[in-house]
Amino acid sequence: MESALNSGDTAWILTSASFVLLMTPGLALFYGGMVRAKSVLNMMMMSFGAAALIGVLWVFWGYSMAFGNDIGGGLLGDPFEFFGLSGLMGEDTAAAYPTMAFVGFQAVFAIITVALISGAIADRAKFGAWMVFAGVWATVVYFPVAHWVFAFSNDDAGVVGGWIANNLAAIDYAGGTAVHINAGAAGLALAIVLGKRRGFGRDPMRPHNLPLVMLGAGLLWFGWFGFNAGSALSAGNSASIVWVNTLVATSAAILGWLLTERFRDGHATSLGGASGAVAGLVAITPSCGAVNPVGAILIGVIAGVLCALAVGLKYKFGYDDSLDVVGVHLVGGVWGTIAVGFFATAVAPNGVDGLFFGGGVDQLWRQAVGALAVLAYSFVLTLLIGLVIQKTMGFRLDEEDEVTGVDQVEHAESGYDWGTLGGGSGIGTTPRPTSGGAHSTGNSSEVKA
Amino acid sequence: MKLLTAIIKPHKLDDVKSALESFGIQGLTISEASGYGRQRGHTEVYRGAEYTVDLVPKVRVEVLVDDVDVDDVVEVVVKSAQTGRIGDGKVWTQPVEDVVRVRTGEHGPDAL
Repeated sequence: MESALNSGDTAWILTSASFVLLMTPGLALFYGGMVRAKSVLNMMMMSFGAAALIGVLWVFWGYSMAFGNDIGGGLLGDPFEFFGLSGLMGEDTAAAYPTMAFVGFQAVFAIITVALISGAIADRAKFGAWMVFAGVWATVVYFPVAHWVFAFSNDDAGVVGGWIANNLAAIDYAGGTAVHINAGAAGLALAIVLGKRRGFGRDPMRPHNLPLVMLGAGLLWFGWFGFNAGSALSAGNSASIVWVNTLVATSAAILGWLLTERFRDGHATSLGGASGAVAGLVAITPSCGAVNPVGAILIGVIAGVLCALAVGLKYKFGYDDSLDVVGVHLVGGVWGTIAVGFFATAVAPNGVDGLFFGGGVDQLWRQAVGALAVLAYSFVLTLLIGLVIQKTMGFRLDEEDEVTGVDQVEHAESGYDWGTLGGGSGIGTTPRPTSGGAHSTGNSSEVKA
Repeated sequence: MKLLTAIIKPHKLDDVKSALESFGIQGLTISEASGYGRQRGHTEVYRGAEYTVDLVPKVRVEVLVDDVDVDDVVEVVVKSAQTGRIGDGKVWTQPVEDVVRVRTGEHGPDAL
């Protein structure tokens, strides 16, 4: 039998997966620049740690829990069907792309979702506790929710998928619910479990490096084309429309955020520009296949304004969501998911007619139920996981360590070599080797390429 | 001899330096400093949250001068550093017992 494999589609999926992987180091830069200098490495390591652990878990049971055949009610895939990715090596001559391409593409989604949560607990989490949390959260929360949202039933093959995608038929193109609402609600729960940083709301906690934040936002924007347009799983018309929608929603959201700042605070800031970009990307994620480009612009600009206003809520309610995972990802994700109910059009590749196109409220309530279900599930489960970790191994640093800085305490490193007196000759603050031999390159001036 | 210390606005450094050079001052020491006077700091806004930054960047200029020149040098510095706006800084002098040029071992005014 002739193979149905389409090398163009396969190439696009593999390329997109690589784009999406780059989002996690991009996020590390975006978050890392926003914290104080004493926490930059830990902030970035939480993203790298997620990439390390979730990549491994995905092979063992992650993929199978998300995309294995449903074990009941559309709630969970069979963890044992593809345990260790068994049975996925052979070539499927009926499919346009190899299953392994899809496995890889979805793996990087799982990684970035877990990494996103870390922004809520900057400066104050034990690294080991974070890693335990990442593994448990992915297993208990992300893998099931990915099944709800991303696993589509295939009657011909006898495959049953998740309830949000198939029974509820809410539209979530690339993960407004499974990724952003999920991570945002988890961030809120963890910020509550860990409590406020010392000096929150009193001491200045300025971003220590805004150019890093801008660079990170740029890499996220770039990677997001893989995230959204790659979700078409083919290199054709759908992917092209989604690509354009992803571009223009983001552009509009930057404008929305900057204008909000200009009128409220008097200045358009670089942090606002970077944040607006991410807010727009979040909001267009669920809707990018269901709206036209003008709809995408409207969704984006509203997301920019909404999120710019939402990031102030933490001061009002007194939870220290340090880098605004709630204000950007939860609020942006809920808006984008609900917006499908208003702006969707049947003309778009993945659309039905929403309220503004004469479709009534049918799609709107489906979107709302999907958003609410993921929000509630993630929030409650994360609260439980967080509390158990806090009570057993301890999640938060003690006071002295927090003041010293999480980089030094948890990783025995500092992000920057400040002031090398005497040209780095080892006077003053430059570290000196504590033992001879192999470690004698501790002095920065002696490091060889 | 006197040690003249001036805290000035960073953007006036070039003016002060060239004014001192024209007066005939041979050397000076400059360091970056931060502080505030009546000017206080400024506010910065990050994602809508306002922070007051108390310490403002300044430049500290230190010059050793002969007693006879002190009043003139103070005037040179004040004139060249002045913008007339708040935050222009301060200049003060204090007595110095002795100065030694490291290269030659000369003492006192000869070492200036």
